[in-house]
Amino acid sequence: MTAADRAAPIEVSYFPGCSLATTAKENNQSLIESCARLGIRLVEIPDWNCCGSSSAHSIDHRIAFDLACRNLALAPAGRPLVTACPSCTLRLKHAQHLLRHDAGARGRYETLWGRPYDPDLHVRHFFGLMVEIDWRSRIGNGDVVPLDLTFAPYYGCMLNRPAALRPSTDHHGVMERVLGDLGMRSVLWASSTQCCGTFLTVARPDIVTPKVNAILQNAADSGAECVVTACAMCHMNLEVRCTLKAPIPIFHFSELIALAFGSARRDWFSRHLIDPRPLLSRKGLAA
Amino acid sequence: MERSEAAMTPPKGPPIRLSALDPQFSREIKRLAGTDFHACLQCRSCSGGCPFSDHMDYMPNGVMRLVQLGLKQEALSCNTIWICVGCHTCSIQCPMAIDIPGVMDALRERALAEHVAVIEPDILAFHREVLNSIARYGRTHKLEIMLRYKLKRRDLFSDLDVGLRMLAKRKLDLTPSRIAKTEELQKVFRP
Repeated sequence: MTAADRAAPIEVSYFPGCSLATTAKENNQSLIESCARLGIRLVEIPDWNCCGSSSAHSIDHRIAFDLACRNLALAPAGRPLVTACPSCTLRLKHAQHLLRHDAGARGRYETLWGRPYDPDLHVRHFFGLMVEIDWRSRIGNGDVVPLDLTFAPYYGCMLNRPAALRPSTDHHGVMERVLGDLGMRSVLWASSTQCCGTFLTVARPDIVTPKVNAILQNAADSGAECVVTACAMCHMNLEVRCTLKAPIPIFHFSELIALAFGSARRDWFSRHLIDPRPLLSRKGLAA
Repeated sequence: MERSEAAMTPPKGPPIRLSALDPQFSREIKRLAGTDFHACLQCRSCSGGCPFSDHMDYMPNGVMRLVQLGLKQEALSCNTIWICVGCHTCSIQCPMAIDIPGVMDALRERALAEHVAVIEPDILAFHREVLNSIARYGRTHKLEIMLRYKLKRRDLFSDLDVGLRMLAKRKLDLTPSRIAKTEELQKVFRP
């Protein structure tokens, strides 16, 4: 009987978002696996749609609001809605903010989705859950493979929010704490909260490439063996736009948790554009 | 220490014409953005922190000044509103708690509504393809977004190497991930 079986199982609603459903499947699968080991069941909300991403709020605030709201309306009452992508989290929370403070917004929600909005729906990023559940009590010491890796924690813009959405849970330091407990060492470095450039990667790669190279060079110069990302979009930008000769590998946060819990799969790491497998085998951590 | 002549000379730009100030525009942007940019005291924390300010014609604090004054044409036609990605590095540093990306959102929307010439058409083309994809499938289909965007620009070859690497690593799905009830989105995308 593992510790996860002994602890009360938790069931939460889950919003993966487009990146995790497609380009970053390894992020999604490793998150689901890690949670399963902790006795947390992520139940995908049925028929969820794109949160609107950067593009909707960039050019049409009403479409951005409606897209986020359909997801809120699909979430069953009585359990939190857990998100994995910092950008989706902000979009959903922003829509909730409007619903709380604007009767017109509530009216539109009810007309479009045929139900009153649920003021008690708790939208929360996976990081918040990880901090709150005391995960150490849910997995036995024998079930953790210590990870002998030095990493640069990369939050991107995840910790930034507009004033109206503050104060809310600040996830600063979550990666350092959780991965630190799993045997990893974090470096202090300057680019931890530097924006990756997000969608400019498509239309203005000339802006994004130097940014990404500076971030990855800075991580390596700080003594990190790898970068750990909180966001699938950051992960993609760092990998796709990097033109350094020998960049250090970049992991999704969830991949390393799964690796430490002994449930990582080889085909996650083979999907990376910057191959992390040589580093993992050097450290005796091959999945 | 004496300050040099250059340090005391304000940068040269077009003069501000008082007849061009449009207080109605200022009020409209404030309503759309839901934030009070009149609180801006020009401390420039936003511009100091902005990771993309090197590529902007007006610094973020400059845009706050434009909307305070109601300099509509300048505010709607600058490239700053398109380069801003909404990373909120500025709002977290703003001592007056102004939602600066919220102002950029409002300006972009006004610029499109008023058919102002868009100085960064590629960025707009990308946003439009993302929304088209969501309207079709309920989710974003990255491969199709990229192909349509490249076709629109008649440039299929830049980034071809990136696309092929992503395909080889199974990062780009050939078929879209889609929702079952796409008809529900008609309510969202109906003009």
